[in-house]
Amino acid sequence: MLLAGVAQGCVYALGALGFVLIYKATETVNFAQGDLMMLGGFFALTASVTLGWPYWATILFAVAAMAVVGMLAERLILRPVLGQPAFTVVMITIGLGYVVRGVVTMVPGWGTETYQIATPFVDDVWTLGGVILPVQQLMVIGMTAALCALLYFFFRFSTLGVAMQATSQNQLAAYYMGIPVRRVNMMIWGLSAGVAAFAGILLAPVTFVHSNMGFIGLKAFPAAVVGGFGSVPGAIVGGLIIGVVEALAGFYLPEGFKDVAAYIVVLVVLLVWPSGIFGETGRKKV
Amino acid sequence: MRFIFKTDYAQDIRLAKHGGHLFWYGLLGAILLAAPWWASEYVMSQLHFICIYSIVGFGLMILTGFTGQVSLGHAAFLAVGAYTEALMQAAGVPFAVSISCAAIFSAAAGIIIGLPALRLKGIYLAIATLAFGVVVEEIITRWTKLTGGNEGKHLKPVEILGWKLDSDAEFYYLCLALTVLCCLACVNLLRSPTGRAFVAIRDSEISASCLGVNLAKYKTMAFAISAALTGVGGALYAHKLAFISPEQFTLFQSIELLTIVILGGIGFLHGAVLGAAFIIVLPQLISIAKGWLPEGMAPSGLQAVVFGLILILFIIFEPLGLYGRWLKVRTYFELFPFYRKGMFRRQKSYMKSERLR
Repeated sequence: MLLAGVAQGCVYALGALGFVLIYKATETVNFAQGDLMMLGGFFALTASVTLGWPYWATILFAVAAMAVVGMLAERLILRPVLGQPAFTVVMITIGLGYVVRGVVTMVPGWGTETYQIATPFVDDVWTLGGVILPVQQLMVIGMTAALCALLYFFFRFSTLGVAMQATSQNQLAAYYMGIPVRRVNMMIWGLSAGVAAFAGILLAPVTFVHSNMGFIGLKAFPAAVVGGFGSVPGAIVGGLIIGVVEALAGFYLPEGFKDVAAYIVVLVVLLVWPSGIFGETGRKKV
Repeated sequence: MRFIFKTDYAQDIRLAKHGGHLFWYGLLGAILLAAPWWASEYVMSQLHFICIYSIVGFGLMILTGFTGQVSLGHAAFLAVGAYTEALMQAAGVPFAVSISCAAIFSAAAGIIIGLPALRLKGIYLAIATLAFGVVVEEIITRWTKLTGGNEGKHLKPVEILGWKLDSDAEFYYLCLALTVLCCLACVNLLRSPTGRAFVAIRDSEISASCLGVNLAKYKTMAFAISAALTGVGGALYAHKLAFISPEQFTLFQSIELLTIVILGGIGFLHGAVLGAAFIIVLPQLISIAKGWLPEGMAPSGLQAVVFGLILILFIIFEPLGLYGRWLKVRTYFELFPFYRKGMFRRQKSYMKSERLR
């Protein structure tokens, strides 16, 4: 059960990672992250069911397609409000979420039904010293870990990653240092949408693919907040905390607590650490 | 172009700044008062909703538009108001008392969320309010003894001192009167030192606190006032629907309330009314547009698409909302040949990091 919580937490963590990436680079929050996740799931669905591609090709296709969608969204919707207060961006991404959700239900062949994506490792089970480990969940955990390591090294060592961090800390100074801020923003949106697609695919066997899948994104939110926006390890820890707390609440507490557990954790964490557990705070100098 | 030549201090605090105001607001008032005679039953019902949403819009406008605090959990205050009204009416409490209690309990809820909000900013505040909204919704669903859970609660028509307001027209006058009262209260609040403090906090918290504005006090107050107005709106909302259940107070309701403020024009009280009217009329326009869709496309998603698109387009092209558009049109005619394109242009700005505080 703890493992199930961890696996679920990993999915939240991936969702949270999408938030954190965008926050890190542009210091805005993408409320449409869950819907992008859902769109990624549908792309994967089309590739695997309609076109009959293998699982790995499906993942590549969905991630690439979503990266393009993310970049388009940045170019068309976010660029005109570049530099506006965070609230503006929150509302505009909420709008984006509505559009994505609406479009998905209107596309012929997608609609409002629930679908399933076949995965190569659904029912396998490993037994390790008497403990039964479903491979499905281990895969989710493994893939999350791999992706996190990749992103960590990307931000730490690649020029583009460092440029993205610089942009996030001070747009104006980043311009002065010769960083093409707009292009960097566009790339980070692509990257984040790609991560969202990945999360969507990993989530697909658990929740199936349907047009309201994006609401999982609302769970990824608490994950990002608990860990502190702007911190990649924070997102992972936050996701795990939320996943485990939810699993435990579902088991030990009366019905109903499972759904709100995440939000109660958020309220408590925000009361104690106003910018999340791993959030960095600096002092503003006037 | 009108120049107001001020010869008296009283002119500064007068509600109607010049004769034009008196005339146009008078005309609007007369048309609204005469509504039961010219409006069909359907239009009357829409007018009810516009009044109710306007009141909620005022509340949200004070918090978001004037104090600069984002709330994604306003449906929770709406719910507190609605359920207070439902329970009190069931207990036989007179309307005047129950609607005051709806306002007071909502304000108390507002203070509860306002206190932690003192430490939170920007996006963290948005998420804290979102979490609060979700938690309240869940409490309402689960506390079946008090709220009836998913079965909801029924309400009887309003009764004031033995006079039953069960016709559309009577309820309309009640809504209209409360809307006007709330509007006047907001106008007065905003020209008082409290209102100025709100605006100062919105523009810069640091400068406001340097000028002696007690941030904690005024932020909590903004939350309380905003929640109280929303509670009044919620009480009327409950009466209008005559049946309330938890699924009317979800996150989507909160977002819809926020769009009222944004589409109407953030930072203008007029905006709240315009936004409310727009939000009410929009679904009708959409249902007309459904007929034009090509074959094979499910019409169910259209509402979400149009809603989202309108939100995006407004934020990009008309950040001041409907009222901002009206201001531009008015300025164009006032200055007739001299209107310049860039007069209302948004200033270029660079993102200020929220990580520094």
